Amino acid sequence: MANLEIDFCGIKSPNPFWLASAPPSNSGYQVQKAFEQGWGGAVWKTIGAPVLNVCNRYGTIDYKGSKIIGLNNVKLISDRSVETNLKEIKEVKKNFPNHAVIVSVMVESSKEAWQDIVKRVEDTGADGFELNFGCPHGMSERGMGSAMGQVPEYTCMVTEWVMDVATRPVIVKLTPNITDIVQPARAAVKGRASAISLINTINSIMGVDLDTFRIVPDVGGKGGHGGYAGPAVKPIALHLLSAVASDPEIQKAKLPISGIGGVETWRDCVEFMLLGATSVQVCTAVMHWGFRIVEDMIDGMSNWMDEKGFKSCDEFIGKSVNRISSFGDFDLGFQTVARIDHSKCIQCNLCYIACNDAAHQCIDLKDLKLSDQTNERLWPVVREEDCVGCDLCSKVCPVDDCISMVEIETGRPHITWNELVAKKPEVLEWDKMEEYRQGANIHIH
Amino acid sequence: MAEHYKPQKYKAWELTLEERFQEYFPPLGEREAVTEANRCLYCYDAPCMVACPTHIDIPTFIKKIATGNVKGSARTILEANLLGATCSRVCPVEELCEGACVLNHDHPPIMIGRLQRYAMDYAADRKIKFFEPGKRNGLKVAVVGTGPAGLSCAGELAKLGFDVTCLEKKPLAGGLDTYGIVVFREPVEVSLSEVKMIEQLGVTVKTNVTVGKDVSFDELVKQYDAVFVSVGMGNVPALEIPGEELEGVVDGLDFIEETKIMKLDSIEFGNRVCVIGAGNTAIDCVTIARRLGAERVMIVYRRSEAEMPCYHFEYEFALKEGVSFMFLTQPIEVVGKDGKVEGLRCIRMDLGGPDASGRRVPIPVPNSEFVLPCDMVVTAIGQKKRIDILEKLTAFGVKNSKGYIVVDPETNRTEHPKIFAGGDCVRSKGEASTVMAVQDGKIAAKAIFNQLVGSTTVQQAATRK
Repeated sequence: MANLEIDFCGIKSPNPFWLASAPPSNSGYQVQKAFEQGWGGAVWKTIGAPVLNVCNRYGTIDYKGSKIIGLNNVKLISDRSVETNLKEIKEVKKNFPNHAVIVSVMVESSKEAWQDIVKRVEDTGADGFELNFGCPHGMSERGMGSAMGQVPEYTCMVTEWVMDVATRPVIVKLTPNITDIVQPARAAVKGRASAISLINTINSIMGVDLDTFRIVPDVGGKGGHGGYAGPAVKPIALHLLSAVASDPEIQKAKLPISGIGGVETWRDCVEFMLLGATSVQVCTAVMHWGFRIVEDMIDGMSNWMDEKGFKSCDEFIGKSVNRISSFGDFDLGFQTVARIDHSKCIQCNLCYIACNDAAHQCIDLKDLKLSDQTNERLWPVVREEDCVGCDLCSKVCPVDDCISMVEIETGRPHITWNELVAKKPEVLEWDKMEEYRQGANIHIH
Repeated sequence: MAEHYKPQKYKAWELTLEERFQEYFPPLGEREAVTEANRCLYCYDAPCMVACPTHIDIPTFIKKIATGNVKGSARTILEANLLGATCSRVCPVEELCEGACVLNHDHPPIMIGRLQRYAMDYAADRKIKFFEPGKRNGLKVAVVGTGPAGLSCAGELAKLGFDVTCLEKKPLAGGLDTYGIVVFREPVEVSLSEVKMIEQLGVTVKTNVTVGKDVSFDELVKQYDAVFVSVGMGNVPALEIPGEELEGVVDGLDFIEETKIMKLDSIEFGNRVCVIGAGNTAIDCVTIARRLGAERVMIVYRRSEAEMPCYHFEYEFALKEGVSFMFLTQPIEVVGKDGKVEGLRCIRMDLGGPDASGRRVPIPVPNSEFVLPCDMVVTAIGQKKRIDILEKLTAFGVKNSKGYIVVDPETNRTEHPKIFAGGDCVRSKGEASTVMAVQDGKIAAKAIFNQLVGSTTVQQAATRK
């Protein structure tokens, strides 16, 4: 079995799977139960300013029979007193000295308040802090959470306050509800943070009831934006993670990153880690299934590592980051066409209608006169010379490996857009562009 | 051409003999398996797991198929049941895990058996080895009989570090899994590969060794630290009606065995076949006779449909195969000419009041005799008790009740401190099944460990290694 241990800016964890700061890490009972079942670490549910919660707190998106592909909430930070939490944190750390116990904190925007809470948490023996600059509802309206994370200067300032007194590692948790997440990430670096975690939840309204006109979730007839999470947000989280992980300034600072956002299985974990996360944090999947899901995360990742020959997580963390690029640097000469394997095709014709109505009209329905055909129906056939290689047909095809995108070489120059416009700025005019296309063997019908 | 468009051949006469003896259920494809696995609710404290006699963590192994960790899925199954591949094919899932699935009240239940087979096939195709022999503890255990109880016990003991020797009187190990389950439910290779897996754990399997003849129980009890008796049951008992010595009267278990180990086209069968009995073995016999090519096949049973001991899904399967059922019909004589079967003389029955088992008693209808023309009679009216073995064990103080060895259900230990027993030879009540036998083996292995080595906590530590 592969070694899953990680070292996250000095915080040791038996594996990269941590509970995110959220309802599953609300109490000592829960965190200890999670550790017993195999979780490597937990970021304690945010402690700090006094709060009062409302009912109902959750809204979900179900999709064609699958429950909770997305979950939003209007829950606040811990509604248990700071003292109670600190007492339990101390106890958990004592019982589980080899697990990562990180405490999420959030207080009003004053140096004194931040430094005070940090000092109090340090006394518990916890391994580190996570600064909650991301909570998008309730707390933000009181000037905390994402209200801080959305202003890089505030992010930097509060991080500095904390770093001035903290003796343990400090993770800054970023909000996705911002135009460019790299800015607060850089601000965290500037504020001397030890690490970054992302993403917090995304602003959302889950729906409206068609009969009662109430908002989901409904709080006594009113509703408002809440934090969106769950499997549906994973692509957004992966993008924001990769944006931070591939930023030269962050790379230079060598800050470890804890990835969060829609992690449900070991496969998700591996993807986050390939894009630069050293640990991953999970909330929604635990809220849906319980702590027990970690067993497959450990087993599945370990089996995958054995299969790939990785002995430790370091060997694959960030392995795909160098592939993150931008459109202007993609190879315009890389060409693929769709090929349909008629021995697998079941003639649903979804590829035909997708291509015809929504792509480039390069699939025809033809009588192929296949010798063993028992019906009169026509077959979808790609006109390869017209196929633009968009990949929509294979994406709608319900049969595995029936439509494949095959790389072909047609003599198009292997040049990027950035190189092209630097070399031939005239292509930014349509007539010159047409000229270039003729010469480059690019024909668009 | 897509497979889908090949006309599905399901009519027996459209299939070749070999095709008729392929596994009845095709394996699930990856997409099918993942789609089905995602349908599982992943219940907490799931009733399927409770219903499984070996308590496989079913929601976990299914979840692992859904996440693509099929290797982990197979391990989860095998940790609870070393014979997971056989059980995935032969378990009466409708009565056990699938019958308990919470979806049942308004959905079809999850296809647990077929998902288990998917994970087991995955591991078998890749020859994945999951377990290592435990650190040797110097203790020796003899296992008598290599059916599922024996193999399970031997494998679990080997994992715990015991030196285990299995003795099997037949040429092949595996017991009824190898010899007694029709091939279209389980190909013989599946059972034999399980035997191989147990051998890879360091277990010595000696075939063609009959305990009581080649080696005595006395020697075993002296030479080994414990003995696990899993000798199963005997052949089909005599009908005790005139004419059963005629050529064409066949023991049902022998008939099934032929289809497991002989070339299909060399098996003799009749054109009109009467199978006597209505248990699962009777259904196996009548359906293989049909699939071999018999034109008319029928079950002759003295009680009615309601009293049949076979599983309902087996009854449905037989009906689909074109089997006729002669209920309330008692055979009284096999009639023949020139020493060969020509017919089965029967008498019609009525049902009277309930007997001790609660089933209504069949009573002959006067003057209702008739002859069913047939050229083969297969007997499947149960299995003989292992009186030979029981007598030998009595010398050690091992008790028996109505032909079954008496054991403590917590430990599967007999009255003799070194002798344990499990499988069909102890199954005096309830359904005798592979999965129950596997659990007996597990219970005995744990008890042997506790008795000879130490407490349960020590065992858990050893198992984890």
